[in-house]
Amino acid sequence: MQVNMSVNGRAATVDVEPRRTLADALREDLGLTGTHLGCEHGVCGACTVMVDGQPVRSCLMFAVQADGSSVTTIEGLASDSGELHAVQKAFCDKHGLQCGFCTPGMLISALDLLHREVKPSRERIREEMSGNICRCTGYVGIVDAVEQAAQELAEWNEPDGELEGVIDGDPDHDSDPVTTAAEAR
Amino acid sequence: MKAAPFDYVRADSVASCVRALQEADGDGKIIAGGQSLAPVLAMRLARPSLLVDINRIPGIARIERRDDVLRMGALVRHADLLDQQHSPLLASAAKWIGHPAIRSRGTLGGSISHADPSAEWPVVAAALEATLTIHGPSGSRQTNAGDFFVGPLEPDLQTDDVLTGIDMPIPETWGFAELSRRHGDFGLVMAVTALVHGSWRVAIGGIAGVPLRVPEAEALLDDSTAPAAVRAAAQAAAAAVSPGDDLHASSQYRRAMVEEYTHRSITQAVTQGTTHQTPGAATRASSDHTAGVS
Repeated sequence: MQVNMSVNGRAATVDVEPRRTLADALREDLGLTGTHLGCEHGVCGACTVMVDGQPVRSCLMFAVQADGSSVTTIEGLASDSGELHAVQKAFCDKHGLQCGFCTPGMLISALDLLHREVKPSRERIREEMSGNICRCTGYVGIVDAVEQAAQELAEWNEPDGELEGVIDGDPDHDSDPVTTAAEAR
Repeated sequence: MKAAPFDYVRADSVASCVRALQEADGDGKIIAGGQSLAPVLAMRLARPSLLVDINRIPGIARIERRDDVLRMGALVRHADLLDQQHSPLLASAAKWIGHPAIRSRGTLGGSISHADPSAEWPVVAAALEATLTIHGPSGSRQTNAGDFFVGPLEPDLQTDDVLTGIDMPIPETWGFAELSRRHGDFGLVMAVTALVHGSWRVAIGGIAGVPLRVPEAEALLDDSTAPAAVRAAAQAAAAAVSPGDDLHASSQYRRAMVEEYTHRSITQAVTQGTTHQTPGAATRASSDHTAGVS
């Protein structure tokens, strides 16, 4: 079946069997291998992507169900110039990853939380991120990272902050995933 | 971990869904949020020849309040119930379901139709005596949640039936307590207490094939909600269950936890009933929400 989606702001068409999961369509048909598959039955959270602004386990959704949807994957987080998203930068700064396998899902879940809550407590961060399993870091670095990203994004959103200085490039070019995902909600 | 091949049809109405299921002749399966079905397919525990996707059927994803009844379409997501403020009991129960990426997809109708005894919605539906609207080849019918759960994963649904709507009364006061090993896991023991039209309801989930109402506990509470009566009601719940042993917990432990969690849920209901609090509003960090909007 033909499936038309918008993936990270670009139109994408794939022709897949109905049993093809969204995760496999992203990885195998579109070459976006940043979305990782751990358990393939909805337990580990590694394959979490945004679909129409909502966090979704892409191993539990079939690609045919995403027809007409807007999908944001880990590849859509950094800006066009390659500058890391605040959430990505925070994971680097705070040692929020070791092997990196769970990181794409962690980042999407963190982004979802920070779309909904401006200043989550450490307890809230743990609660909301509990659907993503990491087997290396012990989670402290991850909680630190989400906390730092929350701080940074809150500063961006200050009306008197240096918002224009932070976002790179052409203001008409809608490449910031925070903006696009927030609008989609 | 890949599903066996199946055909896929996207239903655009309840009638077309029923028709597609009829044509599949018992080998069709409805997919809503897919949060239980997709793993079952991936592990090949089921191999339906046809999936009928109901996600795009218009009009069955609404939450409507009619006086003290909440009318919900089958496609209402767990996340919608977490966010709504009509029924704090539902918001409180939704908090226990999985994780954000599960709650954004999983549906009320799907959970009830799946009839997993360890899931939150079946026990809530049993406690509130939810009215379920089911469409089939010969039209629509309504049934009470008490009759709907026949056994574990066994709802009172024919192969070409589709659950379309769930009506639940908004209780005057309520309590919800759950024991699970990790946040987001299915419940080992769930206890729901609700006061509906002046009469108490107590239901226990997770310890039998179907949610259990405890009439003995309800009768005790109808007489009195003093601490001694609350304790006696919790003991009545523990006496009414005969839980099994498995690798997750022993029968003895489960029975003890039924008493403890029933006690917690009744205490919560009684305390709320006297102070008129609505703690459901605190299920999400509401101050942060406000800050985000401003």
